[in-house]
Amino acid sequence: MNKLSHEVWVYIEKKQNNIADVSLELLSKGRKLADKLNGTLKSVIIGHDLERLAKETFNYGAEEAIVVDHVDLKEYKTMPYSRVFSELVKKHQPRIVLFGATFIGRDIAPRVASNTLSGLTADCTDLQISDVSYMKKEYPKLLLQIRPAFGGNIVATIITPDNPVQMASVREGVMQMVPLAKPVNGKISKVPYQAEEIDKVIEIIERHQEECKVNLKCAPIIVAGGYGMGSKENFKLLKELADLIGGEIAGSRAAVDAGFVEHERQVGQTGVTVRPKLYIAAGISGAIQHRAGMDESNKIIAINSDPDAPIFGVCHYKILGNAMEIIPAFIEAYKNKLK
Amino acid sequence: MTYNSIVLVKQVPDTANISGDVMKPDGTVNRAKLPAIFNPEDKVALELALQVKDQYGGKVTAVTMGPPKAAELLKECLYMGADEVVLVTDRKFAGADTLATSYVLNKVIEKIGNYDIVFAGRQAIDGDTAQVGPQTAEKLGLPQITYAEKILELNNGKIKVQRLIDGGYEILASKLPALLTVIKEASVPRPFAAKRVMAFKNYVPRHLTTEDLDVDLERCGLFGSPTKVYNIESVVLSAGDHENVEPSKEGLGQLIDKLMNDHIFG
Ligand SMILES: Cc1cc2nc3c(=O)[nH]c(=O)nc-3n(C[C@H](O)[C@H](O)[C@H](O)COP(=O)(O)OP(=O)(O)OC[C@H]3O[C@@H](n4cnc5c(N)ncnc54)[C@H](O)[C@@H]3O)c2cc1C
Ligand SMILES: Nc1ncnc2c1ncn2[C@@H]1O[C@H](COP(=O)(O)O)[C@@H](O)[C@H]1O
Repeated sequence: MNKLSHEVWVYIEKKQNNIADVSLELLSKGRKLADKLNGTLKSVIIGHDLERLAKETFNYGAEEAIVVDHVDLKEYKTMPYSRVFSELVKKHQPRIVLFGATFIGRDIAPRVASNTLSGLTADCTDLQISDVSYMKKEYPKLLLQIRPAFGGNIVATIITPDNPVQMASVREGVMQMVPLAKPVNGKISKVPYQAEEIDKVIEIIERHQEECKVNLKCAPIIVAGGYGMGSKENFKLLKELADLIGGEIAGSRAAVDAGFVEHERQVGQTGVTVRPKLYIAAGISGAIQHRAGMDESNKIIAINSDPDAPIFGVCHYKILGNAMEIIPAFIEAYKNKLK
Repeated sequence: MTYNSIVLVKQVPDTANISGDVMKPDGTVNRAKLPAIFNPEDKVALELALQVKDQYGGKVTAVTMGPPKAAELLKECLYMGADEVVLVTDRKFAGADTLATSYVLNKVIEKIGNYDIVFAGRQAIDGDTAQVGPQTAEKLGLPQITYAEKILELNNGKIKVQRLIDGGYEILASKLPALLTVIKEASVPRPFAAKRVMAFKNYVPRHLTTEDLDVDLERCGLFGSPTKVYNIESVVLSAGDHENVEPSKEGLGQLIDKLMNDHIFG
């Protein structure tokens, strides 16, 4: 095998005029991976007017920003972005490439992986570097890509042993964002963009985007309900409690699917990952996909009528019983304290 | 003008309803115990293809790669209204990751040929990767529109689609042929047509194997998959060190006091 690169790349996604949080989180993780490899961390940014963003990545440990800057690339478009990125990967063969598992990341990453014949593991919840022995062969410093699988009943570690490039995507909020005390004195490498016919086959006709109004990630207290809440009507109890104690409401996927609560309030592997000071889980069984999004909360109160509900395995305070009685009692008790 | 569609469909274990006895003691999954279902978003993708056919005419071909049992799924496609179905099955395809899957699907689509739109579900509920659609599009050199929620217009070899994006939606226009990945909200799949159920009850779908396809075996199945499962752990829950709180006035009152002392409340 040829000598493998020690570069870790992070695809930098833009949100409004800034870098998306998930990309900064990945840079922080990428920094650690690069250190383990004794390698370098590079950010890759495609778009227009990127100088400020490129420098921002140095605050999170990137030593180099690879920048493809052109007016035609102002907005994300599948074809030019994935083509340009694939060409960069083919040329430099980075050892690891990380993407946010966002609308954009999930649009571009598989195309780049397909084009460059790289392995790509979706929605990892953890990434580590380790020596691996697999099928009687030794592989130094492989990327362990850890993700829940099969309805969350198992946790799988995926490796890409025989490929020069290992790619993975990670959801927003899963990795921690750690700005450096002292930014790296990084370098910006500009790569020219040459338009091709295929870049123009898709046109953007219009775009409606609102800044997300619910910011679960920043809420200090989250009151979450699951399918066990039984109805949208009963969810109002949670809202009442949340308003009282200064929290936001959230839900499990089952609650979202049942229409009890809006989609953007879903917590878990396919929703938001949160780390509030207090997480109250009412009528949530605690499937791993849900726990993946909340088990790092500072304090967890679980309310469930099933003594064996898995949520009790991650909580700090267990309240066994009917949520429809316990929540009103909690509200009562809280109001009494305020008197 | 008429439009021909190819729809990629997959039979998946019903992961939403996994129960304890599905897990073997060694932490692996006993697939035999899992009911197999039509991947929900693929059914919606098929529905959209059928709507295109209803409105403009053309042909709908459903394709699946999987074990022989996946023929059940193709029959359901026929019951809903698909014109043709293709089962891609071969031991040599087993163990494929998304890259190897998309490689084979791209060869199948090329073989079928004469298509305007390829539809896929956004993601399959067993892996939840949402990778196979875009990876197939890349291999075919097709433009893609992921997270499609509405086809607004088909005209003059162009398609206009509304798709979901972060915090809203956008409308894109693409030249055809193109590949769309479809989200659940896009439509509600039609029920089976009783007449078609009668007509296709004993239908045996057309099979394609490695012999019928111009594939490089080194790029198929487990062998052709760059990603490998290194380790699987079944999720065993720790008992956890939690405190039991009585659901009584006193119990809840004490809990609130504690949280106030910890400066979580107040
Ligand atoms: C690939 C994949 C990704 C997923 N991503 C996510 C994700 O991001 N987030 C997520 O949440 N899920 C996700 N899921 C789904 C997850 O596996 C579970 O199905 C889901 O979290 C279950 O939601 P739930 O706990 O609300 O419902 P259930 O599992 O139905 O649990 C309801 C609970 O309520 C309790 N209950 C019932 N009545 C009462 C009452 N009156 N008072 C108190 N308790 C009561 C029951 O004992 C039970 O424990 C994903 C699944 C897959 C396969
Ligand atoms: N074996 C397969 N046969 C046919 N279509 C598939 C197969 N695997 C995945 N797909 C299609 O690709 C989509 C995304 O799958 P995934 O990347 O596994 O989440 C699915 O919704 C299907 O439309």
